[in-house]
Amino acid sequence: MNSSVIIFPGSNCDRDMDVALKKFGFKNKMVWHDEIELPKSDLVVLPGGFSYGDYLRCGSIASKSKIIKSIINFAKSGGLVLGICNGFQILIETELLPGTLLRNKYLEFICKNVFVKINNNENNYFKNIKKNTLEFHIAHNEGNYFCSDSQIKEINDNNQIALFYCNENGEINEKYNPNGSSKNIAGIFNKEKNILGMMPHPERMIDAYLSGEDGSIFFENLVNNLKQ
Amino acid sequence: MKIKAIVTLKKSVLDPQGTVIQQTLDGMGFNNINNIRQGKFFEIDIDEKDQKKAEEKVEDMCKKLLANLVIEDYKIIESQ
Repeated sequence: MNSSVIIFPGSNCDRDMDVALKKFGFKNKMVWHDEIELPKSDLVVLPGGFSYGDYLRCGSIASKSKIIKSIINFAKSGGLVLGICNGFQILIETELLPGTLLRNKYLEFICKNVFVKINNNENNYFKNIKKNTLEFHIAHNEGNYFCSDSQIKEINDNNQIALFYCNENGEINEKYNPNGSSKNIAGIFNKEKNILGMMPHPERMIDAYLSGEDGSIFFENLVNNLKQ
Repeated sequence: MKIKAIVTLKKSVLDPQGTVIQQTLDGMGFNNINNIRQGKFFEIDIDEKDQKKAEEKVEDMCKKLLANLVIEDYKIIESQ
């Protein structure tokens, strides 16, 4: 399986993502944002970080990069595109995903482990996954998912909500919402479910000694689904 | 031609930064403030003599980059 991680000026989770993808069997290539064509890929990842120093709005400048056109074409032809944290913000700014990510409700940069509940298993990211609730890490200032009431209804009706913030038992409650996101949303899909944007970082949870292994479950499952 | 434009959060969107600024000002003794909304200001020097054309270009910039229309409104406030 071939993957590509896109690097923007200010990305800082690109190497962690590279390590994670390779650990679970991807042949990964790092792609500079100024490239025009994507290498042959089964998965494209927009990593976390602070592309362009979060100037104007998080992800807004990166969303106009040269490489984005070929990512849009890749996504429109059904290719898997995964955006983590700043990558999620970039997918929102490219309008590949609906809604927007506002500043965290209590204006704090949040850096901690959270639990997320998988809401939709009928896609390549979560099909056959062994657990319903995963422990990931979040580190962001603008992760407060927001969209209009009609858009919320639309993404709900289309089963586009991928992950909810919850407790370790999978209970979804405002108490477990770290950043004020509408409906505790931690990640969403596009209508076709080939594009996934999420604030939590699975690539930080691939080593039991350092952090945790729920990221391993995520990547292992993803690579297995792609092999099928 | 110089065009000045502002981008502000839509009224229906919470502005926690505006709220904190208001609370801070209140603590400083400015306690007759009803509400504060924070926004962005752009001064764009554009090589275009026709005011209408220049404003149309800036409007296009606002739609495509300067504002996120899901949560923000834009307004051209001055052209000279």
